[in-house]
Amino acid sequence: MNTAIAKHHTALLRQMLRIRKFEEICVELYSATRIRGFLHLYIGEEAVAVGVMNTLDASDALVTTYREHGHALARGVPMEAVMAEMFGRTTGCSRGRGGSMHLFDVKRRLYGGNAIVGGGLPLATGIALADRLRNESHVTACFFGDGAVAEGEFHECMNLAALWKLPVLFCCENNLYAMGTSLVRAQAQTDLALRASSYGMPAWAVDGMDVLAVEQAAQRAVETIRAGGGPCFLELRTYRFRAHSMYDSDRYRDKAEIARWKERDPIEALTVRMRDAGELTDDALKALHREVDDELQRAVAGAEAGPLEAVEDLTRFVYAEES
Amino acid sequence: MTTTYREALREAIRDALRRDERVFLMGEDVGAYGGCFGVSLGLLEEFGPDRIRDTPLSESAFVGAGIGAATAGLRPIVEIMTVNFSLLALDQILNNAATLRHMSGGQVGVPLVIRMTTGAGRQLAAQHSHSLEGWFAHIPGLRILAPATLEDARGMLWPALLDPDPVLIFEHGSLYNLAGELADDAGPVDIDHAAIRRPGADVTVVTYGGCLGKCLDAAEQLAAEDISAEVIDLRTLRPLDDATFVESVRRTHRAVVVDEGWRSGSLSAEVSARITEQAFEELDAPVERVCSAEVPMPYAKHLEDAALPQPDGIVAAVRKVVSGGG
Repeated sequence: MNTAIAKHHTALLRQMLRIRKFEEICVELYSATRIRGFLHLYIGEEAVAVGVMNTLDASDALVTTYREHGHALARGVPMEAVMAEMFGRTTGCSRGRGGSMHLFDVKRRLYGGNAIVGGGLPLATGIALADRLRNESHVTACFFGDGAVAEGEFHECMNLAALWKLPVLFCCENNLYAMGTSLVRAQAQTDLALRASSYGMPAWAVDGMDVLAVEQAAQRAVETIRAGGGPCFLELRTYRFRAHSMYDSDRYRDKAEIARWKERDPIEALTVRMRDAGELTDDALKALHREVDDELQRAVAGAEAGPLEAVEDLTRFVYAEES
Repeated sequence: MTTTYREALREAIRDALRRDERVFLMGEDVGAYGGCFGVSLGLLEEFGPDRIRDTPLSESAFVGAGIGAATAGLRPIVEIMTVNFSLLALDQILNNAATLRHMSGGQVGVPLVIRMTTGAGRQLAAQHSHSLEGWFAHIPGLRILAPATLEDARGMLWPALLDPDPVLIFEHGSLYNLAGELADDAGPVDIDHAAIRRPGADVTVVTYGGCLGKCLDAAEQLAAEDISAEVIDLRTLRPLDDATFVESVRRTHRAVVVDEGWRSGSLSAEVSARITEQAFEELDAPVERVCSAEVPMPYAKHLEDAALPQPDGIVAAVRKVVSGGG
């Protein structure tokens, strides 16, 4: 066993567990009506956020979607700040103004969950333009789903980013469904990497259930981008184990299909791999669970104790405030 | 010096590019072509392709890229050819530019300027002639400017770039060739207040942008009839400077609002409502409005003229409020 590799794998496993368990608690809190709004779960897709985020520097930027708890946590936004946002508290990472779909942390260059499908791509393209014009070597990672590939904004941004050779890592989380519409029912060409490559950028598909494969692909893409090679596109083939949101009765997916994908659970897959390599003992796994459970417990307690914004402050943050 | 509205806009852009290296201009045909209406002619040669950026025809992508670049610390000026095309970027303007600051709890600012042409009068028909600035003025998070004079064409851009929030500047297409004298040292202007362009005592005419000249012509005609009209140029459509026009109405006791937008749900309706909310007891007659006919703008000259506010219609509305009250 290589200790450095074991340590690295443990870190990946910890991040995926944090996301999984965070969302499992969110389901409980939601069912108990302690948190509200829309809740789009990432369960099953954790390897994508964790694998990509691990290849970014702190100075790289991040734009994501409304299914972004995983991205925010993997980026390093404190769990309590994310949870406080779910509770609508001023201690939330968006002061309770954004909620589940709009997690921001500009200190960590997280420019938000964007809840208009495709709407984050122009923003990411512009952040990358600013970095390029200032000769910075930062990368902007932009996450979106397969549904976004049908949007005009996707194609406008592929063209613009490739034309201007902007440092954008386009991360398409292909979970096969745009809410309830399957990829094959919505898109004439379902090979999404092929479509991106038509804009003249490196693009390839990756097994999004394998965190190490995601990490390796992202690493290669980030290196290309940082070297000035322009944007790259990753089609991360993944699956959400839960419905689109808490309102969704999931009538459009075959139960056998869901079961097949669950057999490829990214957390389970890494756990097995680590056990086989002698990198993870039962005790270590238990300790990891305990550690994450403790963090969660503190996050929920801290979040719920956070203050609510005074109603008199309702119209703050519409315009800049005098400093 | 003698100049035009177009040249004044160009000088404002040139001045901003010189003052602040974070400023750049991007849009369709702003570079090699010199701008659809010639505003940026010569700037590519002077400042180079990094700062005068021709974009593909992708309104949503390049407006959104302007938002992203502004958020990341630059000061972009984005040009959209006409207001009708801005609808292709409405998602970015409303869902991102106007919203990011609030949605992020104050973390994300968008110090972006978007310039676009608005308005009719050049027989460009129904997809190049509308006046939709009133729609944009509906949106919290934006500042909306409408330069109607050479001074404002020259002076509004710099304060707009200093604004930490997104600013939309609507340039009326009929004004680009407006010529006149501009002081050699003309520079930044105030962008918070309306301006009284012609003082008067009998009626307050509130307008902005392309209708200002028509209102001043109407006021001149009315003067011959011994009716003294005060003409107010709103200049900033959001936030509205209520104080200036309400104070005027308190003196004149009558108001006519002239707006090239359609009447229903328009900026003119907002101005009228604010007058009645704040000075109802001062009014000697109901507020009158002169707006565009509720029709997509037709091509034929006589029909386009009939669809738009004209001096004769403004004169008639003023006569009505002056004769209708006590």
